[in-house]
Amino acid sequence: MDILFVLIPLSLVLVAGGCWAFFWAVDSGQFDDLDSPGWDAIEASEAATAVNLSGSSSGPTV
Amino acid sequence: MNAATTAAPHLCFHCNEPLAGSKFVAQIGDRSESVCCIGCKTVAEMIAATGLADYYARRTTPSPRPPDATSKEAWQAYVDPVVAADFVRKGPNSDSVDLLIENLRCSACAWLIERTLSAIPNVADVQVNAALGRAHVEWTAGTARFEAIMNAIAQLGYDPHPVTNETTSRVYCRERRSMLKRFIVATFGMMQVMMFAVAGYSAELNAERIDATLEHYFRLVSLIVTVPVLFYAGKPFLLNAWNNLRTRTVGMDLSVSTALLLAFLASTWNTFAQRGDVYFDSITMFVFFLTLTRFVELSVRHRTNSVADALAQHLPATAQRVAGDKIEMVASHQLRVGDEVIVPSGSVVPADGTIIHGTTTLNESLLSGESLPVTRRTGDDVASGSINTGAPIRVCVTAIGKNTSLSNIVAMLRRAQAHKPLAIQAADRAAAIFLRVVLIASFGVCAAWLFIDPARAFAAKLAVLVVACPCAFSIATPAALAASTAQLAREGVLVTRPDALETLARVDHVIFDKTGTLTRGDIQLDDYTALGSRSDDECLAIAAALEQSSAHPIAAAFKHVPTNGFVAADVVTVPGFGVEGTIAGTRYRIGIPAFVATLRGDSGGTSLERSDRTIVLGNEQELLASFILSDVLRDDSSEAAPQLRSIGIDAELLSGDGLAAVATVARRCDIRTFSARRSPAQKLARVHELQSAGKTVAMVGDGINDAPVLGAANVSMAMGRGAALAIAAADLIFVAERPSAVAGVIRTARRTVRLAGQNLVWSATYNFCALPLAALGFISPWVAAIGMSASSLFVLMNSLRLLPHKEPARSTRASHPFTDGALKALA
Repeated sequence: MDILFVLIPLSLVLVAGGCWAFFWAVDSGQFDDLDSPGWDAIEASEAATAVNLSGSSSGPTV
Repeated sequence: MNAATTAAPHLCFHCNEPLAGSKFVAQIGDRSESVCCIGCKTVAEMIAATGLADYYARRTTPSPRPPDATSKEAWQAYVDPVVAADFVRKGPNSDSVDLLIENLRCSACAWLIERTLSAIPNVADVQVNAALGRAHVEWTAGTARFEAIMNAIAQLGYDPHPVTNETTSRVYCRERRSMLKRFIVATFGMMQVMMFAVAGYSAELNAERIDATLEHYFRLVSLIVTVPVLFYAGKPFLLNAWNNLRTRTVGMDLSVSTALLLAFLASTWNTFAQRGDVYFDSITMFVFFLTLTRFVELSVRHRTNSVADALAQHLPATAQRVAGDKIEMVASHQLRVGDEVIVPSGSVVPADGTIIHGTTTLNESLLSGESLPVTRRTGDDVASGSINTGAPIRVCVTAIGKNTSLSNIVAMLRRAQAHKPLAIQAADRAAAIFLRVVLIASFGVCAAWLFIDPARAFAAKLAVLVVACPCAFSIATPAALAASTAQLAREGVLVTRPDALETLARVDHVIFDKTGTLTRGDIQLDDYTALGSRSDDECLAIAAALEQSSAHPIAAAFKHVPTNGFVAADVVTVPGFGVEGTIAGTRYRIGIPAFVATLRGDSGGTSLERSDRTIVLGNEQELLASFILSDVLRDDSSEAAPQLRSIGIDAELLSGDGLAAVATVARRCDIRTFSARRSPAQKLARVHELQSAGKTVAMVGDGINDAPVLGAANVSMAMGRGAALAIAAADLIFVAERPSAVAGVIRTARRTVRLAGQNLVWSATYNFCALPLAALGFISPWVAAIGMSASSLFVLMNSLRLLPHKEPARSTRASHPFTDGALKALA
């Protein structure tokens, strides 16, 4: 069981890495709003359609 | 007086940081010492004032600089009346302010803040709500206590923020992020430690013994993992307990922290001494569940607050003001009464006002809950916060800032949420007493076990401390009330006194007023009779032509009447009397009989009885016609009484109006009991009569005319919006002005009371059953940790059932970064 003396510290390093990744995600605002980002895709495409429609009547879109 | 410990001249006396040009001076006894900030000054003077000034002579290291020294300097700015005016609400006798308090964790914290603030001279009323993290403070008008209040709260270790729009969301965000991080650390740590603990437990189950070297190794690793869990994830509890100790109060976190620290110290000692039990698994699991509970509590708190905040955040930051012949962009708060603003299509009305040009449709859903846009014309009032869904309008500002209907609604909602009902105050007191008993009992249990079985004494003491924390008990009622208040606000019903919900659940008789309650207060033309030489239709058309250009409510009754080609010229409106105009060379008057009679030289002796509901039309020769006007019934008035009957409540109509009008309304609303021509005194007598017959009476009125009757009823409800809100003396206000909502509100109140009851019974049962079991040693510390946290979670989840399942996802977000970006990229 001597391998435990290597594996357990290794697992602790992994946990620390996991914590760091989570901290980074929280600090960059990824957990601030868990509800509305789900709607982003829908609204973005609707907005894009709207712009395309208005664009096609007035001229080519970029 | 020791030279070595007194700070050097360029360093702060308290924290030894550089003074950096600070002019702050602390009075320590008879000496003046330079300090770097108002925070150090206050702390130093507080220490000196409590007779502990010797501390400065004896200390060997400088004191920690109080946190957030910069914001303490900012509070100095609140002394300035101009700055304070943005937050302080002026009343006739008292001023008040709403504060958001960060780090406010439990009802013990709320109690501590209440007690400390009440001790400040001139502070009249303090209401702190732990569930909402908010405080409402009132003080005698004209005594500027604002900055003193902020300081007092900060000294206790909390961060107060006066409520403005963006601070709320920023504070929420910071609270949520730091809570999430603590939760993550606790989760990972708990998993790791449990892994090592399970190895030991499974060995024990198989009656084996783990290898001694390996066991020592596991314990050391568990210790290393537990340190960040306890001192990072558990830091809020430890800090709170420390604050409790410092102020000699008893809070939830004191018993929790005592248990955690005792367990940690004993386990650490046993780890290094290589003997006895360790409790690292219990510690990490307890911290994990506590952080989980607090995180859920935080989410509930933010969610219930989001309604009020959605309202508060709704005003646009800028407005288009008309200056001479051009339009300038100004900040909304710079608008003054009398300014003219342009509200373009699709934007939000920045202040209350009257339309001076244009006709449009407005979405007032935020104020009233009414989802359909309403039409507003020149002369109509518009409320700030409404969205202009039609054409651009020009508005003359009539109310700004704190006086707008939006502000009134928000303030009322906040006041109601911060007001602590008697039931909760009683629960808080009970919880505080219970905590003291638990702390003493835990030591008693420990002593008893030392005689019986010393090996189990420590585990039993820990279990008692953990299992008996009455967290669930003290959040039982506030959680239910906060959830239902938020839910009702979303339906357009504001609860101004949460106690009322409890009474409302017992109501078995509802009295309705007629005018302005069941009827809209709008006028409609009921009947007309020709009295002179002209035909009915001709008289009606002439009347319509005269009223065409008038903005008076009565004119609205003639709005849809065809004018048959008649055009009135030289129209003059005489306020309070009527309208005069010329049609085809003949002068006509329409209005009250006396006004019309004077046109033909008659001094008023007509055959018609003068009544508010009758107007007449006449010319210089004769009286032409009379018109009978009546109120329009609200769209859903007819549903109110049948709905109430379906839940077993009697409805009654009491009105000051004439019998015919009241009978019509009663018939159309299906109200079986009604009385007409009741004076306020008679209405009052009727309420008392019902009450002495054992009924619990709710009165629904318009909130202004029938204030005394509303006051006498067990629960009062009022229809109202806008300026009327500020003076309405009712327990509940129907901003959506829907009489049919009464039954729904009563149902919600009944559910709230039922849920609060369930919560109380559950938590009390849990505490009283678990305590003896723990004392007798049947519950190990880690089971106690699960039990205590589960009971709190149960109570919170149960209360959440009152909230609707889905948030209105978009209501709080004015602009959308992603969509905006996409639009820019595509345009």
